Amino acid sequence: MAPFTSIATVTFYAVLLVLLGTAILTVTVRNLFRSAIFLAFTLLGVSIVYFFLHAEFIAGVQILLYVGAIMTLVIFAIMLTAKIADPSVAQSNRQKLPVFILIVLLGFFLISAIVKTPWKIAATPNMTNAVELGRALMGEFVFPFELISIVLLIALIGAVVVARSDR
Amino acid sequence: METIDQIFVSLKHALLNLAQAFLPQWIVVILSILISVTAIAVFGPVTMMYLTLLERKLVGRIQNRYGPNRVGFWGLFQPLADGVKMLTKEDIVPAGADKFAHFLAPVVIVIPALLIFAVIPFGRGMVAVDLSIGILFFLALSSTTTIWIFVAAWASRNKFSLLGGMRSVAQMISYEIPMVLSIVPVLLVVGSFSTVSIVEAQNGFNWFVFTPWGIIGFLLFFLTGVAEVNRTPFDLPEGESEIVAGFHTEYSGMKFALFYMAEFMNTFSISAIVATLYLGGWQGPWLPSWIWFFIKTYALIFVMMWFRGTLPRLRVDQLMGFAWKFLLPLSLANILATGIWLEFQAPANYVITFLILAICLFALYVANKPDIPKKRKYRYAYQD
Repeated sequence: MAPFTSIATVTFYAVLLVLLGTAILTVTVRNLFRSAIFLAFTLLGVSIVYFFLHAEFIAGVQILLYVGAIMTLVIFAIMLTAKIADPSVAQSNRQKLPVFILIVLLGFFLISAIVKTPWKIAATPNMTNAVELGRALMGEFVFPFELISIVLLIALIGAVVVARSDR
Repeated sequence: METIDQIFVSLKHALLNLAQAFLPQWIVVILSILISVTAIAVFGPVTMMYLTLLERKLVGRIQNRYGPNRVGFWGLFQPLADGVKMLTKEDIVPAGADKFAHFLAPVVIVIPALLIFAVIPFGRGMVAVDLSIGILFFLALSSTTTIWIFVAAWASRNKFSLLGGMRSVAQMISYEIPMVLSIVPVLLVVGSFSTVSIVEAQNGFNWFVFTPWGIIGFLLFFLTGVAEVNRTPFDLPEGESEIVAGFHTEYSGMKFALFYMAEFMNTFSISAIVATLYLGGWQGPWLPSWIWFFIKTYALIFVMMWFRGTLPRLRVDQLMGFAWKFLLPLSLANILATGIWLEFQAPANYVITFLILAICLFALYVANKPDIPKKRKYRYAYQD
């Protein structure tokens, strides 16, 4: 099966290349709306990478949440901005340098954390099991799960309060 | 019997055995993938072509006319004639349009519609890929359609397009929530996202629609599904009497046809997924499995077309109220009822679940009752 794995590897790197291309386009294109479209493609590409890494559940959730829900909101927000398609909108401002330094620092910490972590690789790719997933969420990871639920609930109530018309 | 049931599967195996004789193993693997991909890539558009004919014929019958009957016997070649017409039409791009986005939207919108076909179990052993996240894959891909509808609407630089696009986004976001929640009961009972294991769990006549939570879940999922594919009575994004053609007002020729194609393929795949989740998929007696699957799917498609011929379009506030005030609480109650159904034994759980859902339905009916103003009495000045 050697040719088969090499085809998979080539496809994987091709996907990564396209992903990088769309990511760069997202931050360089002058038109806000097109930038959002490229962001959608980037997020889709990330989910394809998850598929390649046998993390199907995360891939599905990535598309459902990021592409399906968040991108729709982003596009909706862009539509409500005044300079929607103005090509003269600058992609950068005077805070370029401090932001660049911060990002380099963040990247350094992330990469060093990734390199230091001993990644355990399972011998056989385990399939997504809905029952085990639910047990893990309600058992081992119940605290973060409930915490996120409360955060979301607060956001929900906040949205209702903000959107409520004044009497 | 067995041979007809497995005819497509054995056909593929025969082809692969033939290839195995003189080709290396890895080419056979790729060939096996290619056969499934080709089958789906041909099946999707052909289904769309004949669904347009079926819809025109059915709506014609409902409106007491014949529908297309000029091209070929029973108008069977009408879709081909339509295709030729669409391909030869001039492609018009509005002067103010964002040309890149205007081109991109119709092209990309077809991709998720086609990819969904990969996880639909057409018959016993007839699924392109048995993904362990099958249902999630379907949900994820169908949720991406919204963006491209909105991109199309925005890129057209047309009031009507933009209005249609905004309506579509509002509608799809609202109906996606009850849609996802109405699938949860099935996942609770089956304990797997895989479409194949969901069908296998409904062995014999244990179709989920025959349980109290199943009938509610079926209705919820079917109605939200109709809303997700923008069909009457939820076709506000393209309501022709209000906003010309909604988000595809500025599209002509093949680009318009691609939107149409995505819509009809989504109609088919929603019906297929409803049949898979609640109507037992390909399970059924006597007939081959794939014939059962197509009977159920086309019965649901028929109901959708029947809706189109019968029901008027909803108002925007009615549409939103229906999703948020009726479907969403009911789907949450349905999840609770399913949990209770799983905890109790056979006769008791039917009664308890039925009671819970009946009370919920009644409460929601009372809470959602439209406030009908009292009939006014007009009196002439010269009376009394």
